[in-house]
Amino acid sequence: HRCDWLHAILSSVPQLTNSPTLIVMVGLPARGKTYISKKLSRYLNWIGVPTKVFNLGQYRREAVQSYKNFEFFRPDNEEAMQIRRACATNALKDVVIYFSKDHGQVAVFDATNTTRERRISIVSFSKEKGYKVFFVESICDDPDIIAQNITEVKVSSPDYVNCDKDEAQADFLKRIECYKQSYVPLDDEKDRHLSYIKIFNVGSRYLVNRVQDHIQSRIVYYLMNIHVTPRSIFLSRHGESELNLLGRIGGDSGLSPRGHKYATALGGFIKGQHIKDLKVWTSHMKRTIQTAEHLGIPYEQWKALNEIDAGVCEELTYEDIQENHPEEFALRDQDKYRYRYPNGESYEDLVHRLEPVIMELERQENVLVVCHQAVMRCLLAYLLDKTSDELPYLKCPLHTVLKLTPVAYGCRVEHICLNIEAVNTHRERPGNVDVTRDPEEALKTIPEHF
Amino acid sequence: MMRGCSRSKSTQNLDRTVCMTNCPTLIVTVGLPARGKTYISKKLTRYLNWIGVPTREFNVGQYRRECLKIYKSFEFFRPDNEEGLKIRQQCASAALNDVRQYLADGGQVAVFDATNTTRERRETITVFAEQNGFKVFFVESVCEDPEVIAENIVQVKLGSPDYTNCNTEEAMEDFKKRIKCYENSYETLDEVLDRHLSYIKIMDVGRRYLVNQVQDHIQSRIVYYLMNIHITPRSIYLCRHGESDLNVKGCIGGDSGLSPRGKEFAKYLRQFIQSQEISDLKVWTSQMKRTIQTAEAVSVPYEQWKALNEIDAGVCEEMMYEEIQQHYPLEFAMRDQDKYRYRYPKGESYEDLVQRLEPVIMELERQENVLVICHQAVMRCLLAYFLDKTAEELPYLKCPLHTVLKLTPVAYGCKVESIYLNVDAVNTHRERPEVGIHTYIHTYIHTYIHTYIHTCMHTLI
Repeated sequence: HRCDWLHAILSSVPQLTNSPTLIVMVGLPARGKTYISKKLSRYLNWIGVPTKVFNLGQYRREAVQSYKNFEFFRPDNEEAMQIRRACATNALKDVVIYFSKDHGQVAVFDATNTTRERRISIVSFSKEKGYKVFFVESICDDPDIIAQNITEVKVSSPDYVNCDKDEAQADFLKRIECYKQSYVPLDDEKDRHLSYIKIFNVGSRYLVNRVQDHIQSRIVYYLMNIHVTPRSIFLSRHGESELNLLGRIGGDSGLSPRGHKYATALGGFIKGQHIKDLKVWTSHMKRTIQTAEHLGIPYEQWKALNEIDAGVCEELTYEDIQENHPEEFALRDQDKYRYRYPNGESYEDLVHRLEPVIMELERQENVLVVCHQAVMRCLLAYLLDKTSDELPYLKCPLHTVLKLTPVAYGCRVEHICLNIEAVNTHRERPGNVDVTRDPEEALKTIPEHF
Repeated sequence: MMRGCSRSKSTQNLDRTVCMTNCPTLIVTVGLPARGKTYISKKLTRYLNWIGVPTREFNVGQYRRECLKIYKSFEFFRPDNEEGLKIRQQCASAALNDVRQYLADGGQVAVFDATNTTRERRETITVFAEQNGFKVFFVESVCEDPEVIAENIVQVKLGSPDYTNCNTEEAMEDFKKRIKCYENSYETLDEVLDRHLSYIKIMDVGRRYLVNQVQDHIQSRIVYYLMNIHITPRSIYLCRHGESDLNVKGCIGGDSGLSPRGKEFAKYLRQFIQSQEISDLKVWTSQMKRTIQTAEAVSVPYEQWKALNEIDAGVCEEMMYEEIQQHYPLEFAMRDQDKYRYRYPKGESYEDLVQRLEPVIMELERQENVLVICHQAVMRCLLAYFLDKTAEELPYLKCPLHTVLKLTPVAYGCKVESIYLNVDAVNTHRERPEVGIHTYIHTYIHTYIHTYIHTCMHTLI
């Protein structure tokens, strides 16, 4: 259908590269390489660039079923060296499959890659295959940060499942020592022809060399905006609106009486959280602004946070849409992520326009975003690494706050329902998405309304 | 990025002041002469103003020229020239004074363009900024490539007011000696000594960057921009789609195909592009039929950007101006009052357009030869960026159909060549009418009375 053709040529993201890109992490253990790999991969996938992480530690755990201790990593342990080299080869083989068969565009090779020898072999491998290479080196000499890292993600690793905290910590520190001797950081002179970013001490300083293309430029921009300072992101929809009550989508109506109640309750909840320096963001639409007004805190309006534009279907009920645009209704159920309302937007468009919001969310610390159903689904999908198939069906009910707190490699989510009744606006994917379906089949999953 | 700021009460159509930082920012260039400081200052200023951040550059060289009237030779810049040093110090102070004034009067970013090559001078500026509550961000340009430096001198120094009475060799010689005067006392930003400062060090015209302690959003955006610009010679071609069926009817917006004359234009465009013999030309279109059909005729691979779609006229889509006047006279008048900020009901404003075009501009900066086939309002926004037009001028820039604008960066600006491809088309340009407040009240009352009388007559019948 129409969407496929347009999508095939180009959608929200311009042709970023013709050749695939291999991102190569560099750094001693506990320098945040895996944290960066996972976060970067999550971001690239969200903006529509198929990306996958290849973590060497995982390959090693599969090859050597049980980890004994740091001795495995001693530079004079020949047997272990052989195994580790084989793992690297296997990982790179999988990268080739990912690029050639699975339509991957970016692969993140997450390993220490601390010797020049190892990096040279990766560069020749890539040259041979026609991949672009971009190195991301993390350098950190702050012992507090390293200790914190170890506590957050190493102690609970499968490697240390039978150890107590202190044993694990001690062993891991010895593991780091094994790498230190042979560690050769990227060199200003010798590596001046390579493309890379060096991150010092969790982002206080960066060295960027030879950015080759658009995707590398976007990666650099992203990496320079993320931080690890503890904070929470609060996501909530506006309070129930007048149009919500009538089961109508879109529009720009104000809050219903229950919606106002929610806004007041939200204000109380926020106060109770005692959040330091909370930023509040809303869209330009009445219902989010009215909600924020009750909070008594200054707020910023973002046009980018406006609800998805339903084009010709604005302010219609689902029953209206079925009656007036049955084919469009079915097409939407077939591919809810890419489907674009006539004269309106798709979820895919929404992701594109939300990208600057995400970038600023990364820069900020404590933020409350008061937005809309489709918008919240997009933001949530980014924060919780949901696929484009799952995204349009994520549950974001009215009158519920989601508190997201980054922890280890992911995000802890707390659902806080503020106990004010509201209509349900969530429509599940119906069983029959064929354009020839009966109206009843189309309307089966519509939530109740007045 | 444009976010409305909430002041004490929420207003639906919020003003355009962007709340990127609470305090103003002072950008301070650092580097020997002929390292591209002024080029960077002007370009950055142009970009920030375009995205809605009031910015102004303060070039100390200009203050010196005003003070000194006549430039004799490089001797003025000798480090042992006491009088010269005094004058230069005064000029720097005068410039900083104007900076203070500008940032107090609604400016948000000031670019202090001077060599600032000693730690002492930078310390003075940092103190000045602290006293006034400004954030400081240094932009240092380091370059040792003699070819790049020579090219710089040729492009922008030889034509400087300082050298109006010299020939090329004399000017070149003098300028080189001028650079020497600074070299001995040059203290580059140091990784250790200056680790608490916020800065970007640009090395070898962008091959390498060192970024330290970025404090906030605007600095992050500045860094991103500086890391995407380049000086490789290239040209940007801007044109609209060929004349469309809706153009012929005099209707705005919509998604119609090309008229016969539009198709003719597309053929001529193809010939023109071929004749230009451009290496590695990228072609971009919007996702609307008329630009795609135009690109199809050019027969080169093209990329579609949704961001290049024409301004959304909301309820006025596919109407003729006469119809808009008839059905929405008040809206029509309000648009003429402030065409840049006015947002069509359920549509967009030029201001919205600029925001959605920002990624396009960023990618245009990264690219080399590009042909952008777009639309009237979109082209006005892009042109305003390249030619440094204000928000007031932008919505009235002339972008006629069937005309290609070839923009070639040169010195501190852009050379523009307008190539009309000799295929007739309707004129879609509407000048700013002479509208006073009385005119639109008159229109409003006229319409109101007309409707009232009409209703009364209806009732009587």
